[in-house]
Amino acid sequence: MSTGIGARVQRKEDKRYITGKGKYTDDVRNESQAYAAFVRSPHAHANVNGIDTSAAMAMDGVIDVLNGQQLTGDGIGNIICGWAITSKDGSPMNMGAWSALATSKVRYVGDAVAVVIAETQALARIAAEAVEVDYEVLPAVAASDKALAGGAALIHDNAPGNLIYDWEIGDGAATDAALAGAAHVTELAVTNNRLSPNAMEPRAAVATFDECDDHYTLYTTSQNPHVARLVLSAFYQVAPENKLRVIAPDVGGGFGSKIFIYPEEITCLWASMKTNRSVKWTSDRSEAFITDAHGRDHITTAKMGFDAAGKIVGFKVDTIANFGAYMSLFSSSVPTYLYATLLSGQYNIENIHCNVRAAYTNTVPVDAYRGAGRPEACFLVERMMETAAREMGKDPTDLRRANFVQEFPHQTPVIMAYDAGDFGANLDQAMAAADVAGFAARKAESAGRGKLRGLGYSSYIEACGIAPSAAVGSLGAGVGLWESAEVRVNPVGTIEVLTGSHSHGQGHETTFAQIVAERFDLPLENVSIVHGDTDKVQFGMGTYGSRSGAVGMSAIVKAMDKVEAKVRKIAAHVLEASEDDIVIEGGQVKVAGTDKAMGWHEVGLSAYTAHNLPPDMEPGLKEGAFYDPANFTFPAGTYICEVEVDPETGVTDIVQFTASDDFGTIINPNIVEGQVHGGIAQGIGQAMLEQVVYDDDAQLVTGSYMDYAMPRASDVPSFSVHHASTTCPNNPLGMKGCGEAGAIGSPPAVINAITDAIGSNDLAMPATPQAVWNAIQAAK
Amino acid sequence: MYPTKYHKAASIDDAVAALGAGEEALVLAGGQTLLATMKQHLASPSDLVDIRAIDGMSGVSTDGDMLVIGAATTHAEVAGSADVQRLCPALAGLARGIGDPAVRHVGTIGGSIANNDPAADYPAGLLALGATVVTSKRQIGADDFFQGLFTTALDDDEVITSVRIPAASRAGYAKFRQPASLFALVGVFAAQGAGGTRVAVTGAGEDGVFRHVGLEAALGADWSAAAAGGVGVASEGLLADIHASAEYRANLIGVMAKRAVEAS
Ligand SMILES: Cc1cc2nc3c(=O)[nH]c(=O)nc-3n(C[C@H](O)[C@H](O)[C@H](O)COP(=O)(O)OP(=O)(O)OC[C@H]3O[C@@H](n4cnc5c(N)ncnc54)[C@H](O)[C@@H]3O)c2cc1C
Repeated sequence: MSTGIGARVQRKEDKRYITGKGKYTDDVRNESQAYAAFVRSPHAHANVNGIDTSAAMAMDGVIDVLNGQQLTGDGIGNIICGWAITSKDGSPMNMGAWSALATSKVRYVGDAVAVVIAETQALARIAAEAVEVDYEVLPAVAASDKALAGGAALIHDNAPGNLIYDWEIGDGAATDAALAGAAHVTELAVTNNRLSPNAMEPRAAVATFDECDDHYTLYTTSQNPHVARLVLSAFYQVAPENKLRVIAPDVGGGFGSKIFIYPEEITCLWASMKTNRSVKWTSDRSEAFITDAHGRDHITTAKMGFDAAGKIVGFKVDTIANFGAYMSLFSSSVPTYLYATLLSGQYNIENIHCNVRAAYTNTVPVDAYRGAGRPEACFLVERMMETAAREMGKDPTDLRRANFVQEFPHQTPVIMAYDAGDFGANLDQAMAAADVAGFAARKAESAGRGKLRGLGYSSYIEACGIAPSAAVGSLGAGVGLWESAEVRVNPVGTIEVLTGSHSHGQGHETTFAQIVAERFDLPLENVSIVHGDTDKVQFGMGTYGSRSGAVGMSAIVKAMDKVEAKVRKIAAHVLEASEDDIVIEGGQVKVAGTDKAMGWHEVGLSAYTAHNLPPDMEPGLKEGAFYDPANFTFPAGTYICEVEVDPETGVTDIVQFTASDDFGTIINPNIVEGQVHGGIAQGIGQAMLEQVVYDDDAQLVTGSYMDYAMPRASDVPSFSVHHASTTCPNNPLGMKGCGEAGAIGSPPAVINAITDAIGSNDLAMPATPQAVWNAIQAAK
Repeated sequence: MYPTKYHKAASIDDAVAALGAGEEALVLAGGQTLLATMKQHLASPSDLVDIRAIDGMSGVSTDGDMLVIGAATTHAEVAGSADVQRLCPALAGLARGIGDPAVRHVGTIGGSIANNDPAADYPAGLLALGATVVTSKRQIGADDFFQGLFTTALDDDEVITSVRIPAASRAGYAKFRQPASLFALVGVFAAQGAGGTRVAVTGAGEDGVFRHVGLEAALGADWSAAAAGGVGVASEGLLADIHASAEYRANLIGVMAKRAVEAS
């Protein structure tokens, strides 16, 4: 069986995951391990007038109780947002100070004010409750529109009116003019509901300070350990980079929430130095709900204008984004360059204008979550297309086709330049697979049983493979978004690949090995993937934004190019042939057309014995490469959702969900389908179940699985997943990325289907049975 | 979790004594509710008195056509009991629909009714079936036992030992799950037997489980889905929270009542 590109290879890493033998951060137990528990604010907004730690300090087994004054006193820096956004008036964004432990004011329920270090985890938690904090409660606000309205509580002094930035993209005047001249204008108000990321493994950190070497080791649940080290070192001044090793071992899912550097990691490192003990913290699920960065939370109004033929003439969007109480690492980029730049959808739109206001509120910080900005854009565009089609009495697929981008490359008015795609092919494939032609009969059959059947489309596009470093740099990013790889051929011919990408469930140990095994025609088990340790791997940027294939694997390809060139030189020298005649095949390196050959392992051995190398060649067979992409990649496709609604209860059953994706080259269909299944399940979760709810005092109401509804297997159908691919012209493997598409493309398909079924367009996410029933009642 | 002292009671007397001796002692059954609240530091009993090993505390038996279910009988045992399936299949179905398999194999009927969660399933079943709760002290009719949100007639040192449930000639249970917890957003248990027609509603009442007089009258006159559907259910006195308004709950009571009758 082939194990190369396109092969359905079983995942190498699953044996340890499935048998419970994975090594996660919480599995790390050091000699005389100490444990941290955080003292967290029960108030959404309060001044901290004093902290009395005496009762906690008096408890047997409590090592120390540390607070924010001590932390800042030791020179630990504030947590920063790494992407600078400039308001339309030219002013910089208003970033308020965020100390890992609050010093004088708490700004959301869960904000940490102190940390207890104790001999056991249970004791640390009990002692944390014994810490008495004198809070002076202040008025609080949770909703972004209320935070920006006059009179709301001021959360950060340097962000008047709680406004972080007021940003725009596109030509406002031209868009207004286009809308004024439009034959039809569709208006829509949508809310993109706030979500809690809920990775299966909660966040954790084990920090160990070595007094003799003045060195720190941090095990942590990170999607990007090198970036964590850089930020911990350069901005938070925990330790210089050469004195800090960050290891992200097995990580149980991230969905974005483990990109960011949180107060807990910083505090554990610092506390380890203060107490001279290894300090461990593991979040439980309740703590995760109030500390892991949330996702989405947009309020948007929009207008789309059409000419008499149904051609889009202009699209105007006004969005408020809720940032929570502090600006998390990439928060500022999500509702700007990851959102507004995708508002052209799959369509040829000449005029687009989007205004975004970012607001501080007394809630958990909001940052990137699977899709990050693109789901919000896709939801708006695809709800808009479906709504407009209904208003104009057009078939929603006809309206889409009439506006599809047909020629590539295509420059949108909002920065992105689409490089390749065939949107019509995906729509055709999805419609055929979903048997759209038979829908009317199925609807009639449902009606006979008193049920309402509906069909909804979503033709999504997104931007992955983030991203050309110079381009993102010019837009305000604080880092470059290239990726690195090192390919080490050992003396016996086996291969280790060191990658700056980080796998937290994606299956890199399998797919990355597949491209190496294919390239050198070697058995898959001869290739091992190393990642997640700053002491082992050269600098890397980590995994998010579906970048590990398009960027991470491209770096591996570039390193393999260099290895191959050296292999050819060595073999040509030893076999006395021309480099051009060398073929690598079947575990051998051969001279074409002759019977001269050496084993692949013999080339490795030659490189390391160095007894007979070409003159001036260095010994060894190990090459590194950094790959900086030329463009984003643009996965796209069409999703079709078919639902049946019980009008008596509002219960919606997804009877069929069909996906046709264009991901470019597919390395392992098993893994790609798994990504699509998980993504759609998350998208269905957003569309029908999930919602973070705060009450009027900014207390979190959905703080556990008793109230926060995650999708279960029984909530999702058996997916019908298809591929109609075009090759991405901008990377060596032709890959586009598949990690987020499902979560991006599915929510509008679901809502378009339900609104089709119930004959009312007034339905917000999550479309719970109650929400659907209410919409049915209101439409009566 | 705060430190606590664990007792494994050998007899009912032993359990009652341990409950009286402890500063704040609580009965421990399946722990599916109690341990979770202890982990969250919402409860910190000084002592836990585990009653599951007491002879006769678990298992289903019959007394004529009366079902007798030991307090420590798990939901899975009730769901799988041939006696329950024969005498009251609706109750077996109710037990089968509680939580998830892990919960069903540890959680107990005694724990469920002692806790009297306003969204729990058993209170509806016991109230509609006119059950009697047998304790270490006395026998309490279901109408007197359930006294509002998380409140029952039990004294602090009183242990439920069994539940006695008369067979019904007709009974059905329909549950509408709260999407996150899978507890009852609304559950309606309708039964007809020697005690007349009784319809109990869980998940919806501001004061916990309650009997619905209008549905009882309608079904008493005509045991049909149409009769249940014809009753206008008012939203006064019904719970409103993030999962459902009082109006939506009122609608669900009507729909679930119909489906309970259809299932009977
Ligand atoms: C994930 C999950 C889902 C659930 N879903 C549902 C559901 O859908 N429907 C539903 O009805 N329930 C549900 N439950 C609750 C479950 O049924 C519990 O088993 C039940 O509420 C408590 O039973 P227990 O045996 O675990 O009691 P415990 O947790 O041990 O005790 C609960 C309380 O009852 C007291 N107690 C226990 N036994 C006795 C006794 N014999 N005499 C006096 N007092 C006693 C205890 O002191 C304690 O106060 C769910 C629970 C979980 C964790």
